[in-house]
Amino acid sequence: MKADVRGHLYALENESIHVLREVAAQFERPVLLFSGGKDSIVVAWLARKAFHPAPIPFPLLHIDTGHNFAETISFRDEYVKLLGCDLRVALVQDSIDQGRVVEETGPLASRNALQTVTLLDGLRDLKADAAIGGARRDEEKARAKERMFSHRDRFGQWDPKNQRPELWSLYNGRKIQGEHFRVFPISNWTEMDIWQYIALEEIPMPSLYFAHEREVFVRDGIHLAKTDFMSLVEGEELERKVVRFRTIGDATCTGAVLSTASTIDDIILETAAARLTERGGRSDDKRSEAAMEDRKKAGYF
Amino acid sequence: MADSTASANAYAGMDLLRIATAGSVDDGKSTLIGRLLYDTKSIFEDQMEQIEGASRRLGEVGVNLALLTDGLRAEREQKITIDVAYRYFATPRRKFILADTPGHVQYTRNMVTGASTADVAIVLLDARKGVLTQSRRHSFIASLLGIPHIVVAVNKMDLVDWSEDVFRTIVADYTAFASKLTVADITFVPMSALEGDNVVTSSTRMPWYQGGPLLHMLESISPGRRRNTIDARFPVQYVVRPNQSFRGYAGTLASGSLRVGDEVLSLPSGVSSNIKSIETFDGTRDEALAGDAVVLTLTSEIDVSRGDMIVRRKNVPTVSDKFDAYICWMNEAPLEVGRSYVLLHTSREVQAFVERIEYKVDIDTLHREPADTLGVNEIGRVELVTAKPLSFDSYRVNSATGSFVLIDAATNVTVGAGMIRGETNPLEQDERPKASPNVTWDGWNITRAEREQAQGHAAGVVWLTGLSGAGKSTIAREVERRLFAEGYRTMLLDGDQLRHGLNGDLGFSPADRAENVRRVGAVAQLFYEAGHIVLCTFVSPFRRDRDAVRALFPEGRFAEVHVDAPLDVLTSRDVKGLYRKQAAGSDVGLSGVSTPYEAPAKAELTLDTAALSVEDAVAQVLAMVRERSPKGSITGG
Ligand SMILES: Nc1nc2c(ncn2[C@@H]2O[C@H](COP(=O)(O)OP(=O)(O)O)[C@@H](O)[C@H]2O)c(=O)[nH]1
Repeated sequence: MKADVRGHLYALENESIHVLREVAAQFERPVLLFSGGKDSIVVAWLARKAFHPAPIPFPLLHIDTGHNFAETISFRDEYVKLLGCDLRVALVQDSIDQGRVVEETGPLASRNALQTVTLLDGLRDLKADAAIGGARRDEEKARAKERMFSHRDRFGQWDPKNQRPELWSLYNGRKIQGEHFRVFPISNWTEMDIWQYIALEEIPMPSLYFAHEREVFVRDGIHLAKTDFMSLVEGEELERKVVRFRTIGDATCTGAVLSTASTIDDIILETAAARLTERGGRSDDKRSEAAMEDRKKAGYF
Repeated sequence: MADSTASANAYAGMDLLRIATAGSVDDGKSTLIGRLLYDTKSIFEDQMEQIEGASRRLGEVGVNLALLTDGLRAEREQKITIDVAYRYFATPRRKFILADTPGHVQYTRNMVTGASTADVAIVLLDARKGVLTQSRRHSFIASLLGIPHIVVAVNKMDLVDWSEDVFRTIVADYTAFASKLTVADITFVPMSALEGDNVVTSSTRMPWYQGGPLLHMLESISPGRRRNTIDARFPVQYVVRPNQSFRGYAGTLASGSLRVGDEVLSLPSGVSSNIKSIETFDGTRDEALAGDAVVLTLTSEIDVSRGDMIVRRKNVPTVSDKFDAYICWMNEAPLEVGRSYVLLHTSREVQAFVERIEYKVDIDTLHREPADTLGVNEIGRVELVTAKPLSFDSYRVNSATGSFVLIDAATNVTVGAGMIRGETNPLEQDERPKASPNVTWDGWNITRAEREQAQGHAAGVVWLTGLSGAGKSTIAREVERRLFAEGYRTMLLDGDQLRHGLNGDLGFSPADRAENVRRVGAVAQLFYEAGHIVLCTFVSPFRRDRDAVRALFPEGRFAEVHVDAPLDVLTSRDVKGLYRKQAAGSDVGLSGVSTPYEAPAKAELTLDTAALSVEDAVAQVLAMVRERSPKGSITGG
């Protein structure tokens, strides 16, 4: 960030860069989990800054459910080219083909839960000892107590009762063979901070974040996009609406919001006035109040 | 993206403040936080629906705001918080990060964790119960961890009929206890978290209280005050080496500032070099300030790697393998004297062991007790020995280079948090009493708080800066005369007068000017601690020197007054004949003419003496002093 901007975004940027450098120094084979959503776009952006003028010293890893919006993949490939970094892709389809997981069936099927296995397999294949993620503590209650350096046992599990104390800016990344860490450099950012930073830095964004017309249907009170991977159940109906996405993930469970926000500024205004959390639009979170906590314990990022 | 600049500028001016709260079950801490989040509109409808549902299931009447902040399911079931949880809220001026910690003695380690990065601690207490053991514990931890500001939130005022007497008694009790601590700034606010009085909006039910709501206080505290801006310390995190011709050292400047060209040393090797460039992705810079994450390059190829520290040649930390520290123990398995632990300090990891435990502190009574070990949640003073020397400062002076954690090498778990006092002094050791009944944290015999209470007004420092002839002395002399007549304790420190005595050995080079101002700051601090309103009139041309003095005083106790007039007006006044001499060709080192003068960027008051009469200028300063240190004031603010 320019030296004359010394506000909260600058403080957050410095903190995140510090954490990213600690990862590069303390771990042998870190990877950056890249979903194509705004949070991981920002983390990758920060990683480029942290090691400048050298390239990012670790690869990006995309866990691809195969259920993507086409825009996500084309944006991903362009962005990776812009940053000049190394991208690896792990396919959920491969996990299915190898019999590692069994695909849910029926119209409500989602590949979201299967990702965990593909992720753990992907990390093992890369011999990764640290996986950098774009999770933020403001996203969800269970995350409010997550550490920047979050220890995972050999099964990739998180033990919320037994986290290491984290003081000052001292990060303990010591582990035994086979264990690994999840690292969250933007823990202290809020959704608003992310958008303000994107505006200030002029970071490119996938078009899905901006208002566009698309065929959607309503399920559990959430607008889902029409895709090839989902079929409608009784009572559901396709409509053309002007929408945008507040998070980008698996196309089968990421809800769109009705919105006409077509610039970053519009989005910032909309975020300031928003009445729902961004995860409020994720149908997988709605399954139970403690849904996120259960998934995290199992290794979801 | 040109259309984004308008709003981009709006939030570029926001800053960041870190808060720690602690409170026991039923004090109303979660309600207070829920209220802060709710009233600053940081809660969304879906979160609201969730807690409405949860409230119903728990059989509560109405919505329990406290449920917003209880994180994990087990905790929700037991209705207690047991880990540090981080909350976020913002106002148009500031973003807040709040570390929310439980207050029971068995969670001391969580409080220490939350306090380690905080700019301000909110100590919550119940108006009906007054100052309890746990309030003292929270305050002690805030003091030990070097938090510069405490806000004492006297909650549940609705339950004591909004009584001013109750509030005043609590303020007096707390102030008496706090004299044992070294917290620079303590303020009090009477509130009802439940009903929202004095949390985000001012209460109409306590007209006797004028201090404004809690959020207002949180908005006006200046952040980053615990950052040392004097001593340049750059722990090297990572070596950036994209090709043969570039070798850079990545790190975050922990304190002080560094400029291109500065003569530096790498520690512990002691090899010297100069800063060649300061690199960032957004371009090279002339200067890096504390907190900046940058890459440094040096003019010579010297051997620097992770764990080394780059410092100014003329301002070095202590380099030693033996030191004295406070430790908070965080693990169920107690500290073992003589056992090897891994010590993590800045970017350095070394083997270390505790040679002996001097004493442990009963954190409820502040008594020292002899000890052979420290159990979980216990705090003690110890002597440590490391396998290789560390470069450190005392935690009080520099929390970034004075803090460390201990890690159990077998389990890799973080087991202790440490704050360095200083190098172990073998001579001192034998003289030290082994266990004295009361720990007083380097306090004065009679504290400032007691003096202020007795004299009926708060102490404060007014620093008048400006060019020679601008009117500093004239204004200050009249202001002091008036304050004195009103019954204030006052003292006036004047440049010329101090240069005849204490500062007689100093000239007018930038280094001597800096030393001049430093000494004046120290003298002002003595009078301040003695309860005076201290008026200081010094040209003090360099911003950095003035900021160093400002950093000696709590927020709200130091005011900078820029006495300003255009150069032609000064030249025509020329009471001391300096402008004439300068014009006649003899270089008298006249600030603003032959040497630089850096005007204050954020003076509390600016007086244009070309436009104002002396009387009007004096009236403005007086008004400011009366507002900041009103006669009969009781709060520490
Ligand atoms: N008109 C006017 N003159 C002032 C004011 N303050 C000071 N002066 C005059 O400016 C001259 C310099 O004041 P002095 O206090 O000696 O300046 P110092 O040495 O910089 O502190 C004196 O003659 C004052 O009477 C003011 O507010 N208005």
